[in-house]
Amino acid sequence: MLKKLNEFKIGEKGIIKIVDGEGKIRRRLFDMGVTPGAEVELIKKAPLGDPLEVKIRGYSLTLRKDEANFVEMEVKD
Amino acid sequence: MDKLKRFALAGNPNSGKTTLFNSLTGSTAHVGNWPGVTVEKREGVYKSKNKEEQVSIVDLPGIYSLSPYTPEEVISRNVILNEKPDCVINIVDATNLERNLYLTTQLLEMDVPLVVALNMMDEVKKNGDKIDVKQLEKNLGVPVVEISALKEENLDTLMEKALDCSKKPRKGSTVLENSLLTHLIKDVEIAFRGKEVDNPLFHAIKLVENDEIETKDHPDLVKMVEAYKKTFNDDTFGTDFEAIVADARYKYISKYYAPVLKRNVQNENNKKLSFSDKVDKVLTNKWLGIPIFIVILFLIFHITFAEDFLYLGAMGVPFNNNFAGTPFEGLFWTEGGINSIGVILQNLVVMFTDWINGLIGEGLVAANAENWGVSLVCDGILGGLFSVLSFVPQILLLFLLFSILEDSGYMARVAFILDRLFRRFGVSGRAFMPMIMGFGCSVPAMINTRTLADENERIATIRVIPFFSCGAKLPILTACTGAIVILLGFGNADLITLGMYLLGMVVAIVSLILMRQTTMRGEVPPFIMELPTYHMPQFKSLMIHLWDKLKHFIKKAFTIILLSTIIVWFLQSFTPDWHYIEYDAETMEFLTPLTTNDSILANIGKIIQPLFTPLGFGSQLANFGWVFAVGAITGLIAKENVIATFGMLAAVVGSLVSVSDAEGVSEVYTMIQATGINTAGVIAFIAFNMLTIPCFAAVATAKAELKKGTLKWTILFWLVVSYVVSSMVYTIGTWWWTLFIWAVVIVLVGLGIYFFNKYRDQKKLIG
Repeated sequence: MLKKLNEFKIGEKGIIKIVDGEGKIRRRLFDMGVTPGAEVELIKKAPLGDPLEVKIRGYSLTLRKDEANFVEMEVKD
Repeated sequence: MDKLKRFALAGNPNSGKTTLFNSLTGSTAHVGNWPGVTVEKREGVYKSKNKEEQVSIVDLPGIYSLSPYTPEEVISRNVILNEKPDCVINIVDATNLERNLYLTTQLLEMDVPLVVALNMMDEVKKNGDKIDVKQLEKNLGVPVVEISALKEENLDTLMEKALDCSKKPRKGSTVLENSLLTHLIKDVEIAFRGKEVDNPLFHAIKLVENDEIETKDHPDLVKMVEAYKKTFNDDTFGTDFEAIVADARYKYISKYYAPVLKRNVQNENNKKLSFSDKVDKVLTNKWLGIPIFIVILFLIFHITFAEDFLYLGAMGVPFNNNFAGTPFEGLFWTEGGINSIGVILQNLVVMFTDWINGLIGEGLVAANAENWGVSLVCDGILGGLFSVLSFVPQILLLFLLFSILEDSGYMARVAFILDRLFRRFGVSGRAFMPMIMGFGCSVPAMINTRTLADENERIATIRVIPFFSCGAKLPILTACTGAIVILLGFGNADLITLGMYLLGMVVAIVSLILMRQTTMRGEVPPFIMELPTYHMPQFKSLMIHLWDKLKHFIKKAFTIILLSTIIVWFLQSFTPDWHYIEYDAETMEFLTPLTTNDSILANIGKIIQPLFTPLGFGSQLANFGWVFAVGAITGLIAKENVIATFGMLAAVVGSLVSVSDAEGVSEVYTMIQATGINTAGVIAFIAFNMLTIPCFAAVATAKAELKKGTLKWTILFWLVVSYVVSSMVYTIGTWWWTLFIWAVVIVLVGLGIYFFNKYRDQKKLIG
């Protein structure tokens, strides 16, 4: 099942399929390891609901929902 | 003598790079800025223990990649490409191998000797994991040394390896050998070789990645890539070369380097929460996160500024014997309560500087120095200098406490918690901490803006920091509001003070939004960052950090701040025809027939006084109306001087009308009576002082932290904001119906900006 990263529920895991967006934001996502094929788990949301904290490539990354919207995921069961 | 060899340290943020640098260079480290940007540059010299070997070491900023988007990345890239260090030491966090090696794969592509320092191996072993260093070394093709920067293990071995490597040149190598773009990269590399460009492989790959800097520098070769693109189509990536390269790097890392890491199977299965995870569960908890943050913030300010520590005094604990009559009177506690550490330290410094000032004054008098000479030294030079130095303990303490939060990893979580709130104002959650520090002192607050990644965000934050009214502005507030309440016969001074603090915050927020809509238009900077694992801050690093800041501040105090205080002293102590005005601060009397009323400063005040008419303290005032203008000028040395100036002028007016024991209230009251200023005018005066150019120490800090050429605009910004807001306060306070005029003006300005931006966007679309 395909789903955007910003629609994930806490604890949900998936594999990155496509990273959209452009320029600075996209490059930054790549450099932080958000590339197709990487496994991502949504750890938590900030107290006000945004940004998100995810586990990727063995470390904790935080990104906003707007930025997570660019990341298309294949949900893992 | 041979030229010193130069090694560069490169690595991810939080990889222990600075710890390694500190361990290698010790006391030789020197901190400055990279030219043109406000990114810290650290340099030092390594001396080997056994041999007489010396190496100059430069600490590159912490980076995740060599993309051209952040100033840190551009600096690191340019240093390695242009300055050609003799060896690059790439520090890699062994507990986070996968992401750290991403940078390594890019460094490998440069024609420079490279050694990988595998840091935090002790952590890896503690977890029961294993890393096959031999295999890693074989895969990378460069030496790998296991170290612990924290425990200073194996550092000499690392440096020996690096010295060996620096003796022979290394050709760049790439992990993209078997990727979809190998052919293209090879061709572009050959083209670069033809142009006799150094580091052809690195440039070739970056150009293929559509890197901003490369495409600008080599438009001819871009055509080559474009031509290839036409013949190329991949099923998953299309012609998105940037994605292909990033993906290929990570694929290679997972294929070859991930297997060298053998995870402890037990840990993997138990899924035990690490210490860091447990701490994080509480600190960023949905319900507890924000309250915990507020408590921590309160404690920091309480430890630094409270004069009734833990509110023991307010709870009725008696504090009687406060060493009355001895030099230690009021040092540790007063009748009101125990002093906090920050206040005790400040008292100590003041005790010491007062003693020196007195000693030098007596010495000069004994040596028959002229009266003006004694005053120049004691009031002008030392007085100004010491009033700035008296803030040093609290500035440093505040800085230390915030550094502890930063180093422990909590600051990143604060940004995480608050980002949602601050994004609306055009800044990220990271900007919150510097702003809130402004309530203590603008100096450490402005320095702390270094944690902000985006240049515009930094400038905007530095500009609004003074609006968060600092500790030194509080005396102005209490004195003026106290006098107002006595004058009116009703009201609550604390409420007015609180209102002024709120006004400052509102002005800050409005200014941020305005800047984002006009001069700093653009997207809110992205918020994609690592949340580092929590760890204990290191005493040594904190002290080195603090020492740097202290050195920097003292240097400023003795140069720019000293010079400005002497000028202000001169202006208020001499008449335009060079007669000296003598004033005794203790008896509050003038010893010469000439008074401050005759000084150059008063004359300047009289000239500029009409400018303040819309603010309520201009031409409409009777005699001595210039005191407010002059007070604002002396406030530039340190904001508490404003009230001291009033005291001086009360002596000019005649005699002080004593109405209250609270500090400064009588002085302000006297001046209100003498000048006939109305209440709205006094409040406008408070607002003006809160929002205008901060003290010289803060201006000097802003100058150091801002990009070249931005300071003059920043000063203009402070002047305009304080002028507009104060006139708004005065006019609305005096004639309530002007509220509607202001409302119309604000709406018109808002609409003007909206339509101008719309017009500009449309033009951009067409153009």
